Amino acid sequence: MKLTMASSPHNHSHKSLTRLMLTVIAACIPGLIAQVFFFGTGVLIQLVLALVAVSAFEAAIMLMRKRPVWPALSDGSAWLTGVLLALSIPPLAPWWVIIIGCLFAIVIVKQLYGGLGFNLFNPAMAAYVLLLVSFPVQMTAWLPVSDLINTPIGFVDQLRLIFTDFTASGFSLDQMRTGVDGLTMATPLDTVKTDIAHGLTVTESMQKPLFNEWAGLGWMWVNLGFLAGGLYLLKTKIINWHIPVSFIVSLAICSAIGYIAAPGTEPGTLFHLLSGATMIGAFFIATDPVSAATTNKGRLIYGALIGLLVYLIRTFGGFPDAIAFSVLLINIAVPLIDYYTQPRTYGHGAVK
Amino acid sequence: MEKLLEQIKKGTVWAFPGGVHPPQQKTLSNSAQIARLPLPDKLVVPLKQHIGANGKLIVEKGQHVLKGQPLTAPAANWSVPVHAPTSGTITDIAPMPSAHPSALPELSIIIEPDGNDEWCNLNPAINPAKLSHDELVDIIHQAGISGMGGAGFPTYVKADIKQPIEFLIVNAVECEPYITADDVLMREHAKQVVQGIELMQQILNPTLCIVGIEDNKPEAIAAMTQAAEHNANIVIQTVPTVYPSGGEKQLIKLLTNREVPSSGIPADIGILVHNTGTLFAVQQAVYEGKPLIERVITVTGNTIHKPGNVWALLGTEIKHLLDCQGFSPVPQQRVVMGGPMMGFTLPTVRIGVVKTTNCILAPDHKELAEPGPEKACIRCSACADACPASLLPQQLQWFAKSKEYDKLQEHNLFDCIECGACAYVCPSEIPLVQYYRVAKVEIKEQQAEKIKADRAKERFDARKERLEREQEERQNRHKRKPAAKSDDEKQKVADALARVKNKSDNGGEKSAVAAAIARAKAKKQQGEELEPDNTEVAKERALRKEQARKYKEQKSQTDDSGDTAPVDDKKSAVAAAIARAKAKKAAQAQGDQTNTDDANTAAPVDDKKAAVAAAIARAKAKKAAQAQNEQVNTDDADTAAPADDKKAAVAAIARAKAKKAAQAQDEQVNTDDADTAAPVDDKKAAVAAAIARAKAKKAAKAQDEQTNTDDADTTAPVDDKKAAVAAAIARAKAKKAAKAAEQTDQPNEPSINEKSTDNVKSEESQTDSPADNKKAAVAAAIARAKAKKAAKEAQQTEQSIEPNIDESQADNVKPEESQTDSVTDNKKAAVADAITRAKAKKAAKEAQQTQSNEDTEQVTAAEPETPSETSPEQTAAQKKKAAVAAAIARAKAKKLQKEGNDQS
Repeated sequence: MKLTMASSPHNHSHKSLTRLMLTVIAACIPGLIAQVFFFGTGVLIQLVLALVAVSAFEAAIMLMRKRPVWPALSDGSAWLTGVLLALSIPPLAPWWVIIIGCLFAIVIVKQLYGGLGFNLFNPAMAAYVLLLVSFPVQMTAWLPVSDLINTPIGFVDQLRLIFTDFTASGFSLDQMRTGVDGLTMATPLDTVKTDIAHGLTVTESMQKPLFNEWAGLGWMWVNLGFLAGGLYLLKTKIINWHIPVSFIVSLAICSAIGYIAAPGTEPGTLFHLLSGATMIGAFFIATDPVSAATTNKGRLIYGALIGLLVYLIRTFGGFPDAIAFSVLLINIAVPLIDYYTQPRTYGHGAVK
Repeated sequence: MEKLLEQIKKGTVWAFPGGVHPPQQKTLSNSAQIARLPLPDKLVVPLKQHIGANGKLIVEKGQHVLKGQPLTAPAANWSVPVHAPTSGTITDIAPMPSAHPSALPELSIIIEPDGNDEWCNLNPAINPAKLSHDELVDIIHQAGISGMGGAGFPTYVKADIKQPIEFLIVNAVECEPYITADDVLMREHAKQVVQGIELMQQILNPTLCIVGIEDNKPEAIAAMTQAAEHNANIVIQTVPTVYPSGGEKQLIKLLTNREVPSSGIPADIGILVHNTGTLFAVQQAVYEGKPLIERVITVTGNTIHKPGNVWALLGTEIKHLLDCQGFSPVPQQRVVMGGPMMGFTLPTVRIGVVKTTNCILAPDHKELAEPGPEKACIRCSACADACPASLLPQQLQWFAKSKEYDKLQEHNLFDCIECGACAYVCPSEIPLVQYYRVAKVEIKEQQAEKIKADRAKERFDARKERLEREQEERQNRHKRKPAAKSDDEKQKVADALARVKNKSDNGGEKSAVAAAIARAKAKKQQGEELEPDNTEVAKERALRKEQARKYKEQKSQTDDSGDTAPVDDKKSAVAAAIARAKAKKAAQAQGDQTNTDDANTAAPVDDKKAAVAAAIARAKAKKAAQAQNEQVNTDDADTAAPADDKKAAVAAIARAKAKKAAQAQDEQVNTDDADTAAPVDDKKAAVAAAIARAKAKKAAKAQDEQTNTDDADTTAPVDDKKAAVAAAIARAKAKKAAKAAEQTDQPNEPSINEKSTDNVKSEESQTDSPADNKKAAVAAAIARAKAKKAAKEAQQTEQSIEPNIDESQADNVKPEESQTDSVTDNKKAAVADAITRAKAKKAAKEAQQTQSNEDTEQVTAAEPETPSETSPEQTAAQKKKAAVAAAIARAKAKKLQKEGNDQS
């Protein structure tokens, strides 16, 4: 009888990469819904564009590398990158923005480094930063929440805006971004930053219709959506608690200290936590396992450093938000962090 | 401490990090009673079923054995016997595929049962409680019990441990899915298991015995609790079901909150762990007198019709177990020995079960899916979260793939227990454990290679140094030569003669001989003590040497002093000249520690032969002087006294040959040897020797052939020719044997070759024995040349650090030969002499070997014989010979002194 030989263990937990990646994508859904609700269906268009683009690029590069296409594509990692990038850029950004982003993320940041598992940097965030520095106008053109828009934009108009830059009636995106008060709307983080630079206090700035009691209108809900998704990831043990918790705690502490030090020019902890990309960053971006620290102790340090950098850049830097920059910067430090945070192995060191 | 005991007694169980929860699948097999199987058609009992050495085979093919009869006897350390599992006939003893992941063939005894299942005489202990520690350990040892949980560590070694044991832990966790062997054993035989525990308590006297059982075995827990009720020192502890809580280290952490230090053993922290099955076997051995011949094995999996536990005789083929329980294989069937997490797949079902086999698992592909393709690691750290040793498998696999061995060790690869939890949870389905196993082997190989390389480098450096030194010596010699020539030869000769006369007047032959013998004996005694404490003697000799040197200097200064002694023999003059030359050479070789008392030994008796003898002595002395660490056997001296002149010459040749043989390992020198040997004008001898050498060389090259060392003692030479041929054959064989032996132990290669050729060469001397006096002189010259070579060689030998077993095996050949050689006439005696010397040297090396085995015993036993044979001859010898003997003895003394210096 011919017997099959195999190496132990002969059993497996049936966890798979695909399932892991798809779970993360699924966990994005609450945040996605909030985005669609407050910022229109443009984000869905971006999502489809991104998924098509990443699939095409991943397949192309696998063919060029003479590797099987489907196993690489089906692990879902490229799709996750596409989803995260689509969620990060302004919903009505021109179509080529997301395409360039996907190209950069998949081909350069991921595959040129050796493919999944070998990339030093978070592909979605590297692409985001590339887009931000290359196309600052398009990348900061966030619409105000639908409630505040002068003339609500329908799905077709959004489609036209993305692909042709103009609505059917010939308005440009800039014209469409005009708020009810006739002024162009920026994101809450941007607004506060600009206002403070103009000598207003935070309280005065937050009097604007852009804000509710705690944070930016709409943005708060988007963040809460991602928080919910993140909690689901924690519960399913897809991610460990270390990075999101240390990130959030670190950002909270920093902003609290800042608020106590300068209450007039500091927007406070809640504002920081529920504005911009804080929650998607904490649960979906910083936790990208490939580019994050891999030891639990290291993850605490990693998360905390990101939190610190986010606060510093938001408060003192030139950009309104800072998740992408912070994550990329700390990605660089990961090998070092990992090396010095090895857990104590059984039988080594202090045992009573 | 008190607190810990209290906590344990209260039932506190700690936790270890990580762990996984694979599907248990235990209910498949734990509902039925342990079944008895019909006798199989044949049993394949491997000699080695445990960690440690094989037992010694004590049965032979065709023998009828009874059930329980020992088939092997414990021999070396950590060897436990195996027993006949049933009565029957031994049909074969041959290597068979073993129950090991590699299935490498292992020497096995194949028994065909006679169907009677007839026990041999059993000797159950009448009152086990009265047995002493040693008696119990011996019973356990003789019963062939080794750990039955997995590793197969000899139980008697654990029982006989010297460290104080605080906690005896019984591993009844059985955390691997599917396996229920211990579970059902405890349910059915809790009483016996507890008796086994109590025996262990009796042996080890621990403070507390803790039985750890996973909470998925409530029946076993109940049975054990009840059985151990009467003994307050046994605590039954329930541990949560987590894989791998049954790992020794994990269980210790669970039950005592202690950690076994890395690369330590549990006994280091006062803990000993035994498996349930082992304790049952101990109880059977003591109470019933039954050796370990059967064990409980779980036969399970979805392809088995009747999954359950069976009593399987050791050696039962897996096929029999599967057939008895009903087995319908699926395509690409896997049959796993052990559990699904740590078990290994078998290449064939024609493998006998062994003492460590606890489960045969034949799963289908639904319950245990075949591994999917390996994907890239995304560093999700699921593996690190599952690792019970708190390692970072994700990092380890990265380093293992890129072969970064330093990093692997920095990340404590060797603390990996290969439990497979990491690979179990890996979403990328990376066979992590496999990577670690390979990396571990590679690192170990690398380390071994490094040691080898270091040693080679050492040797190389030493050689370079030696060559440089030699070159320097040569240059010095050239410088001094003119001065030597300016000496008046005749005067020198006269001086020498005078000295000799002086001496013979002073001493008298008998006393000289007696002194030589006495010295030699004293030396031998010291040699036997392994650590000769001869610093005092050495000092004495050093003093004497000093005087000799002074004397010589003085002499060379006062060359023109009157010639008092008659110059009556040209030849003696020549001999003396040679002697002087040699003495100088020796002096240079030694730096300030010159062997200038060669001058003494150089004193030629007005006889050719004396000159020859002296030359020999000098040659030897030189060699000795250069030998630094070598503990040269002091026996040399008393055997060295040659019976008559001729024989002296012969002996010289023999020695020369032996030395040449020492160089044969380099194989470059052989051609020179051939040249120098040519002048011996006994044609036959020369031819024979040449043939022999050629053969020996050829044999040395023959690598793979395995010949018995026994072959060598077939030589009983009658006349010279035949002797030569026989010797040649013997030599070739010995070499071959040495080679064969060497295959098992490569690092020691050079020393083996040397030794074996050594043996052989000394025998060669027989072929040269017909040489007459003239030839003797020539031979002496050759001998000197050789001696020098040998001296270099000796240095090299020192570098080879470990004298080894193979050497001693080669030695074995020698004693037997020497006995055949001990012939009554003088010639032969001389030959024997030479051989003895060669042997003695070898023996000295041997003595260094502390872990000596029976081989060494043989050698040392043989030693005393030859000297006693030769000494009567010495006393019968004439005066001349006595002088020669004295000279030789002095030479030896020098050697010894040199040794003394080195040691001090």
